[in-house]
Amino acid sequence: MIAIEALIKIVILVLVVLGIVAYLVLLERKVSAYMQDRIGPNRVGPKGLFQPFADILKLVLKEMIVPEKANKFIHALAPVISITVAIGALAVIPFGNYIVVGGQKISLMIANVNVGVLYILAMSSLGVYGITLSGWASNNKYSLLGGLRSSAQMISYELSLGLSLIGVFMINGTLQLDKITMAQSGGLWNIVYQPLGFLVFVTAAFAETNRLPFDLPEAEPELVGGYHTEYSGMRWGLFFLSEYTNMIVSSAVMVSLYFGGWSLPFVNYAHMAPNLAALIQVLTFFVKLGILIFIFMWVRWTLPRFRYDQLMNVGWKIMLPLAILNVLGTGAVLLAIK
Amino acid sequence: MTTTNGNGQSGPKLTLWEKLYFPEILRGMSITIRAFFRPKFTRQYPEERWVPPPVFRGRPVLVMEDETHVERCVACGLCARVCPSLAIEVQAAETELDKERYPERFEINMLRCIFCGFCEEVCPEEAIIMSKDFEITFTDPRDTIFGKDKLLIPASQLRDRLEFLKEYR
Repeated sequence: MIAIEALIKIVILVLVVLGIVAYLVLLERKVSAYMQDRIGPNRVGPKGLFQPFADILKLVLKEMIVPEKANKFIHALAPVISITVAIGALAVIPFGNYIVVGGQKISLMIANVNVGVLYILAMSSLGVYGITLSGWASNNKYSLLGGLRSSAQMISYELSLGLSLIGVFMINGTLQLDKITMAQSGGLWNIVYQPLGFLVFVTAAFAETNRLPFDLPEAEPELVGGYHTEYSGMRWGLFFLSEYTNMIVSSAVMVSLYFGGWSLPFVNYAHMAPNLAALIQVLTFFVKLGILIFIFMWVRWTLPRFRYDQLMNVGWKIMLPLAILNVLGTGAVLLAIK
Repeated sequence: MTTTNGNGQSGPKLTLWEKLYFPEILRGMSITIRAFFRPKFTRQYPEERWVPPPVFRGRPVLVMEDETHVERCVACGLCARVCPSLAIEVQAAETELDKERYPERFEINMLRCIFCGFCEEVCPEEAIIMSKDFEITFTDPRDTIFGKDKLLIPASQLRDRLEFLKEYR
């Protein structure tokens, strides 16, 4: 019974997320166009709303070219790793509290594991394998450079990513995302208590998702296409999808940890019918998610790319000390209050 | 003021405020969000067409008088002579009309034409002028040589350019 319930939730989540991702691509093109005084895609369907289907159809129909001297197996495996870990990380995100179906409470998260955020960090760390392996297996110097850069970048920023979250765990005393959300639903959001930690986390999240200003693994002017230079068709599409899914995961973690997850301030769900409350909660969550994703895109179309040495400098000499300072500061304040 | 910025490269010296990154990033973001809401320059081409001003040099055409449907051209051949890309070919013949000569055949190879307007400039009769037509496409190389059937345009349709030439030439 539990297995069936989980399976249904997984299928719904994957379908919803892939649908969102397809439209995020359109949104990104529209946002970039509007910021550059253009209109963007508006030909396929009304206002260009069917553009994602055209894009996907194109990707599916295109030939998947495999270089002659590539390691065929790993070349095919790498995009699968990327997309799997990207979607897998969504398993512990609470999109709402619970719904009631047939007298039974069904929680709106797939797996309520007690390591919570640690699981997400583990999954996003695995994501580096997809990129590094694709760079190595392509047997192409630019791909290899892109893969190497991505591994160096992810290791440098993972430290501050993890450290910046410790402040939140210290305040809420748990790693489980639903409990952290619950703790915030009554009072103030965590961003009020953890502004510095949030800034460090956002910066590190940009580096983790390989998006501008930290998209060095696929820096077009230097590396042709970076790690996916030798990919085409749907295999390239999988990398593309995983980039956007990673963006959803980072934004969802930010929403849950810093912006109160599915909760709204001054709204008491106890008086509502549970299913109506769940609907409002899910909508709240996705609106918050959308705003954060828009900020991701906004930053991307504002900032130029960092140089590689600048990236390393920022990671090790600024982000890491700031994250440690944040942990120490939070600890000192918590001790003082106690 | 330029100086080395610590990376061995010259550039403006940054103040502490600018070195903090975040305030400057927010400033950049405020610029892009303003661009986001500005009116857009895009013209939706096939639906919204551009009508060029009279200065525009589009495809060269032959002026045809409105009442008589006779071309102004007297087949002097100056345009063919001045054409830098050798795109024009004129075959003259005699006629009963006052002008005595007319072009029996007048062809412009649109693959060769560079829209320089020399033909228009050299023409003593204002018979060949540049039109506003810029939508010139072919699917067959044989279609690229425009004969009199495509070149002759009534003067009433070319009034803008003719007036422009009177004023500025």
